Amino acid sequence: MTETQGLIPCSEAVRKLWDYLDNAVPPEDQEKVDKHLSFCRTCCGELEFAKELRAFLASGSALELPVDVKARLERFVQEL
Amino acid sequence: MARATGMSELVTAERTKDAFRRLVDPELPGLYSLARRLVRDGAEDLVQEALLQAYRAFGTLRDEAATGRWLKTILVNVFRDDLRKRTRSVEEISVEEVEGFSLYRTLIEVDPLPYSDTLHHDFLTAFGKDDVREVLLRLPEIYRAPLVLKYMDGFVTKEIARMLDVPLGTVLARLHRGRKRFEQEMWAYAEEASLLAGRDDR
Repeated sequence: MTETQGLIPCSEAVRKLWDYLDNAVPPEDQEKVDKHLSFCRTCCGELEFAKELRAFLASGSALELPVDVKARLERFVQEL
Repeated sequence: MARATGMSELVTAERTKDAFRRLVDPELPGLYSLARRLVRDGAEDLVQEALLQAYRAFGTLRDEAATGRWLKTILVNVFRDDLRKRTRSVEEISVEEVEGFSLYRTLIEVDPLPYSDTLHHDFLTAFGKDDVREVLLRLPEIYRAPLVLKYMDGFVTKEIARMLDVPLGTVLARLHRGRKRFEQEMWAYAEEASLLAGRDDR
C-alpha cells in the first residue's frame, strides 16, 4: 500500500490505529484511516490485533491480593 | 460540657473511621493491583501512603460511588511525587527506536506457532497476569503509568494528564511510544521466558 494510490501509507495508518480505536483522531484523520483500511488487508489485521491487545490488557486488570497483605492493609486502615 | 464536647468529637471521629473503612475495604484489591503494576517493589507501602492521604482528605470525597477512582487518583499522585523525588532526568524513548516495530507483523514473519490457526490470539493467551506485569515493569515508569491507567484501569487521557501533572500532548506521545515499546517487550519476553515452548505441539 503506497501513497501513489492517494492513500496514507501503512506506517501512518498503523501509527494512528490505537488513537483511532480511542476515537481520539480528528475527523479528517479518521476518514483517512477508514479509507486506508478499506483497501489494506494487512492494516485491517493490525487493527484487529490492536483491538485484541486492548481487550487483553483490560481483562487482566485485577491481580490477586494475597491474604497476608490484605490483613495488613485492613489493620492499617483500622489503626488510622 | 467540655467532657460532652470531647465525647461527641470522639464519636464523630469513630463514625468517620467506620465510614472510611466501609468504603475503602472493597477497593483494596484494585488499589493493590494498580500499585503492583506501577512499581516493582514497595506496592504495599505505596497503598498505605495513599490510604493515609485519603483518610486525611476524606472530607473531599463527594461521591461514595466514585471511591475507587478517588483512591486510585490519590495513589497515582503519591507515585508521581515519589517518582519525581527519585529521578532527576526523564528517560524518553525516541520515536525511531520504536516506530518501525510491529508485533502483528513480527508474529506473521517469524511464525513462532506454525500449527496455530489463530497465531496472534494464541500468542496473547500465552501471557499470564504475572507475565504481563513483568513486561510492563520493563518499560520506563513514564511510559508504564499512562498505559496502565488507560488500558487497564480505564482512565481517560485528560484524567491521566491531570493525575501525572503533564500536558495532554505529552500523555498522548507517551501512550504511543509506550504501546510500541510494550509490544517490543512482549516479543522479547516471550522469547526469553520460552513462553511459547510446547504450545504448538500437535
